[in-house]
Amino acid sequence: MALGTQASPAHSPGWARGLGALLALLGGLLVLLGTGVGSTGLENLWPLLWGGQGDAAERAMALQIVWDIRLPRTLGAWAAGALLGLAGAVAQGLFRNPLADPYLLGSASGASLGVATVLALMGGGAGMVGGASAAMAVSVYSSHWLVRLGLTGAAFAGAVLAVLLTLALARGVQHTLRLLLAGVVVGVVLGACTSLILLVSPDSLQAMQAFLLGSTGFVGWTSCLLMLAVWLPCLAAAWGLSRVLDALALGESTAHSLGLRLAPLRAALVAVLALATGTAVAQTGLIAFVGLAAPHLVRAAVQVTHGRLMLLASLMGGALLAGADLLARGLLAPQELPVGVLTAVLGGGYLLWLMHRKTATRGLL
Amino acid sequence: MNPTPVKRIVIVVAVLLMLLLLMWGTARAQGVQLTDDRGRTVQLARVPQRIVSLLPSLAETVCALDQCQRLVGVDRYTNWPESVRKLPQVGGGLDPNIEAIVALRPDVVLMATSSRAAARLESLGIPAVALEPKTHADVQRVLGKVGQLLGVPDAQRVWRATDAGVQAAAQSLSPQARGARVYFEVNPGPFGAGPGSFIGETLTRLGARNILPDTLGPFPKLNPEFVVRADPDLIMVGARSAEGLAARPGWGQMRALRGQRLCVFTPEESDVLIRPGPRMAEAARLMAACLERHAGGAAAKPTRGGAQ
Repeated sequence: MALGTQASPAHSPGWARGLGALLALLGGLLVLLGTGVGSTGLENLWPLLWGGQGDAAERAMALQIVWDIRLPRTLGAWAAGALLGLAGAVAQGLFRNPLADPYLLGSASGASLGVATVLALMGGGAGMVGGASAAMAVSVYSSHWLVRLGLTGAAFAGAVLAVLLTLALARGVQHTLRLLLAGVVVGVVLGACTSLILLVSPDSLQAMQAFLLGSTGFVGWTSCLLMLAVWLPCLAAAWGLSRVLDALALGESTAHSLGLRLAPLRAALVAVLALATGTAVAQTGLIAFVGLAAPHLVRAAVQVTHGRLMLLASLMGGALLAGADLLARGLLAPQELPVGVLTAVLGGGYLLWLMHRKTATRGLL
Repeated sequence: MNPTPVKRIVIVVAVLLMLLLLMWGTARAQGVQLTDDRGRTVQLARVPQRIVSLLPSLAETVCALDQCQRLVGVDRYTNWPESVRKLPQVGGGLDPNIEAIVALRPDVVLMATSSRAAARLESLGIPAVALEPKTHADVQRVLGKVGQLLGVPDAQRVWRATDAGVQAAAQSLSPQARGARVYFEVNPGPFGAGPGSFIGETLTRLGARNILPDTLGPFPKLNPEFVVRADPDLIMVGARSAEGLAARPGWGQMRALRGQRLCVFTPEESDVLIRPGPRMAEAARLMAACLERHAGGAAAKPTRGGAQ
């Protein structure tokens, strides 16, 4: 089917293992490198950390920058990339469409809507502090659970709700085209809802902008560990379910004839997809094209079954986003480019090239 | 009616008790404790000496309190007073560079409530104070909060000076410069400044009438048609959105544009006008000068009003 995008990738499992090791090594290297790139280069921190220069406070500051800021955000960038890469591989296998993207199920617009809602509620709370105490009560009430849930929780809840809505509209996951269409419709409608909320509460407009840009700048150890903790079971589940994707690649009737119960397995894969995307989006904001590009790059290098593809795409996504994050930090230092902007530019370019190449060789898709 | 002696004694005792409580409180706290606009109580062991500001109006407030030397970093939009331009920039209010802030080792970071940085900074052990001035009353309150935070005794003197400046600008206006119906455009969205915003409040004090009703909120996004129908006597706009104003559908026919009753503010002037801080008196002077320059526009109004 449409999966045959490979030009002439290597077949042997040795290649796959080699690529996996290479990507894992690259990821580790990028994470190490990540501790050295930031607003103040490593050359400014090195003498403080190991040279014994500076007073105790300065050394503590240098340690905090490397250990509490750079390491979690670099590792976090890798983890978010790994989640998106995994989600991309699952989405492309599930929809048997090489241009499928984890955001296709409306999860990104759902996450945005969740964030906009919380921002509007918090904005209403922040606006009142100067005045009435009655409004204060409202703000305290809203901070009770919604604000504690926070932007991240809201983004996750929004992403999951959007996927459920898409599935309800598509009446299940049996019909691929209907699912894709439902995803597009949900995306547009939820996007409109977000715009409406932002219009009614213009105070939240700016904060929303920050979320839409996508950045790893706010990723601390908690977010980082959360992403890693979600990534491992997601990868395991996807690996376990990958046989379905292999069978699906041969066509639905073949998959049925192999005795696979497609509906529940597909639903499980959609759950993995939503969980992986929702977690990454919730922690880093919208980061485009990593989920799309990672599986493609893997398939361009090796031809593997879906199980291996998941792992490799995940490692590739991690390396891609960690690398993009390093670039985003280094290009304009000490200013910082939101990494979402960078991946959108790079990934968009890659997609265009992909389309161009495909159109040139055998027609798009 | 004079209070009875008993009442008088009660009042004096109550005032003394409150003063005592206040002194006891400050003596006990040693450092600073204040509630910011997120409703969060921020506690500092000592009065902060190293401050990072992520909002231009807050940096301006710090400097207006003569504490500019305590600023060690600002956001990329802060450009006043001149001395802050030399300070390290730590990104914008919305995309602050967390590690650049940490590297400056601030005692406290000032920011808008919309900034995402607060939670991350607090998790790194750096106190964050979020303040969001939107009205004149907010500016006064924020000034008090910043003064309290910095341990500046009479912060309200800055407010009194600002307030007196706005008042003086209002009094300087000639009678025919008053009563003009004004549209103040903040941003080519178009977003206008409603009567409830600090800009609208200044306009009201200058005797101008806002074409936007209070019900629309402080900075509503408008249907361009609304402005055309309201047909203001005078339009105030920043240089960035002045281009192509007349080219907007229908706008060229508005009296203000036909009569060139348009005040275009330079980017520097716009900064003064759209920042709710200690430079509001200067903003009032800019707006007053604009009203005075186009004083004839308001005079033409009654005939027009009669025609409607």
